[in-house]
Amino acid sequence: MIPSQFDYAAPTTVEEALGLLAGAESAGDDVKLLAGGQSLIPVMKLRMADPSLVVDLGRIPGLSGITDDGASLTIGAMTPHHVVATDPLVAAHVPLLAQAAATVADPQVRHRGTFGGALVHADPAGDMPAPALAVEAVFNLAGPNGNRSVAAADFFQGYFTTAVEEGEILTSITVPKYTGWGSHYGKFTRVAQQWSIVAVAAMVRVEGGVIAEARVGLTNMASTPLRATSTEAALAGCALDATAIAAACAHAAEGTEPASDLNGDADYRRHLVTVVAKRAVMAAAGL
Amino acid sequence: MASSTSITVEVDGVSYTDDVEPRLLLVQYLRERLGKTGTVIGCDTTNCGACTVHLDGASVKSCTMFAVQADGHQVTTIEGMAQDGKLAPLQEAFHQCHALQCGFCTPGMIMQSASLLKENPHPTETEIREGLEGNLCRCTGYQNIVAAVKSVADGVEYGDSGLSVSESLTDGETAGVK
Repeated sequence: MIPSQFDYAAPTTVEEALGLLAGAESAGDDVKLLAGGQSLIPVMKLRMADPSLVVDLGRIPGLSGITDDGASLTIGAMTPHHVVATDPLVAAHVPLLAQAAATVADPQVRHRGTFGGALVHADPAGDMPAPALAVEAVFNLAGPNGNRSVAAADFFQGYFTTAVEEGEILTSITVPKYTGWGSHYGKFTRVAQQWSIVAVAAMVRVEGGVIAEARVGLTNMASTPLRATSTEAALAGCALDATAIAAACAHAAEGTEPASDLNGDADYRRHLVTVVAKRAVMAAAGL
Repeated sequence: MASSTSITVEVDGVSYTDDVEPRLLLVQYLRERLGKTGTVIGCDTTNCGACTVHLDGASVKSCTMFAVQADGHQVTTIEGMAQDGKLAPLQEAFHQCHALQCGFCTPGMIMQSASLLKENPHPTETEIREGLEGNLCRCTGYQNIVAAVKSVADGVEYGDSGLSVSESLTDGETAGVK
């Protein structure tokens, strides 16, 4: 399958890329930013996306890589999933992201697909948004009016829609380091390399023999990733046993609006999320 | 609109410079411009892995990359695996273990297996199966493919089967379909 014709630009600085976006906007061109292309190229081949200009971010040095900022890590938007999954800094300080990145698609796709690209694509079934929400990542954007940062809670706005405005580029993601937390990304699929039917990104901090604090992010339970706030509240002070954790996770579907599709209807997902949440929280707590 | 872009790509050790349309997929460039038809197109939807090649040493699906993205990079295809007419250890292992039936998935299977072993030289059987999750085989049930990869990881020496590799298949210029 061959995409429609498009013009191609490969800028070498963020400023040059922003200029191309501004020029395309004023010319009325439909422009797409190309990161790893593992979502964009398939939809272009299906002609579900038909941009007149593709701006390839792959030639801009500095958009890829992971840096230690002291209390946080900054992950370049163009950092491939494979690097996020295997980087020692990520493994040491935000292992939830490494574990989730290792479940994305398959090894070939993880070599090309990028952390930032997956987040901006904001597929409800994508594996990186819910963990990014759970770790309270901060999204750093460059735009025509300078740089700004958006909290994860404000970033995901709808089906394939984020806070990134036209003319803006996601350049990096800042993630706080976590000490004393356990985490687990529980992903439910039926076959290899499939999208999540439901997945749960769980983080817990155990103190004094109970769960002191918990974060629970949900994949594919609405048009955006969600925090399971009722379950998080119920887990605070929860004993470290399966029955108590299951009772807290029975609330995991509250406030969700899952879709029905060939993999399962909405009621199936509302039940499944309580099961996957319990398993993920148990694993995060080391049980 | 959509003017051609000049790219220079090293493929299987040979440098090529060509003008390509931006929408030309890497797999089409390899097959239709360089004549490297050892890399096949299976599903054309990023699922089956038959078109897997190495980009700067890491496996990628060449149906899900534009040729322009490979500008300045090194590509290795199945046609670059044999050296001096002698099959690479993985190729020999696939042959000896009967790790193929129709053979269509084999180029991608071997390229992904090579990438897997580079990242994890001593994988468990589970790690091999997970490492090949992006490659579909509809004939074998995977058992002998996993056995072949495991045998290479375990250092099994097969010796030379005597299978020869045609010169024309390792030389993109002579095989080129311009």
